[in-house]
Amino acid sequence: MTDSLAISKFTELANPTRFLALAARILPWMAAATAILFAIGLYLSFTTEGDYQQGATVRIMYVHVPAAWLSMMCYTVMAVSAIGTLVWRHPLADVSHKAAAPLGAAFTLIALATGSLWGRPMWGTWWVWDARLTSVFVLFLMYLGLIALNRAMDDPSRAARVSAVLILVGFVNIPIIKFSVDWWNTLHQPASVIRMGGPTIDREFLWPLLVMAIAFTMLFFTLHVMAMRNEIWRRRVAAQRRMAARLAGREA
Amino acid sequence: MSHTFYIAMSYAVSAIVILCLVAWTWLDGRARRQELAELEASGIRRRSAQPKGDAA
Repeated sequence: MTDSLAISKFTELANPTRFLALAARILPWMAAATAILFAIGLYLSFTTEGDYQQGATVRIMYVHVPAAWLSMMCYTVMAVSAIGTLVWRHPLADVSHKAAAPLGAAFTLIALATGSLWGRPMWGTWWVWDARLTSVFVLFLMYLGLIALNRAMDDPSRAARVSAVLILVGFVNIPIIKFSVDWWNTLHQPASVIRMGGPTIDREFLWPLLVMAIAFTMLFFTLHVMAMRNEIWRRRVAAQRRMAARLAGREA
Repeated sequence: MSHTFYIAMSYAVSAIVILCLVAWTWLDGRARRQELAELEASGIRRRSAQPKGDAA
């Protein structure tokens, strides 16, 4: 595919009606793939052996780590969408970052809760204010702040621009989360999968983890397309209500 | 508390949050589709969806 063809395909998607048609076609396949991946991932999660040190508690990792990865990936998707809003004014870019915020908040909440449930038996504490945990908690607050901001402003285009600027400013937190375990001496263990030199985790634990990570990622994209479709419909309802009010005003 | 409790709680919390998220997204879509259908049934259509010559 040449560059110009790729750009024209991307531009075609700027039309919400074309996006809705594409979403209707791909959503059943995405939902089916998500369900199959979760079935395989959960089967692997509960049938593989426990770790020689952590025992069966290692199974918490299969939901905690994918949720933690997604909390950062979702924010990265929002940051790319924010650039789309501010630089190209792509009509679907602000729909994308608005739709992604509640998803990111939910995955961050899962990461925080399951991390705490793993920490109690392994570390002997539910929570510590170390660099990794604190920066992920800040990410959770940022998601909540962005949701509140979007709901507080009546004008969607103004809300989109303000949100986009805040998302890009807040993106500085993503490398802080990723490298916090290397930069500071924290209770949280260092990276063992995505690191220079390859994963240090045993293959027995790596496979269920990767399948669950792909399942979580497919779930995110399925829900993101659904939430974007809902947002387009919400804007159409608002536009049609305004049109109905204008018509009623003319007739009165 | 046994380790089984922490494992079961982790999967339960994840399942509850994910199911709530799926239900909220699906119900939100259904409500918006219903609103659009009601508006169109009452004759309020988007300009691009109106038949030609009916735009005024």
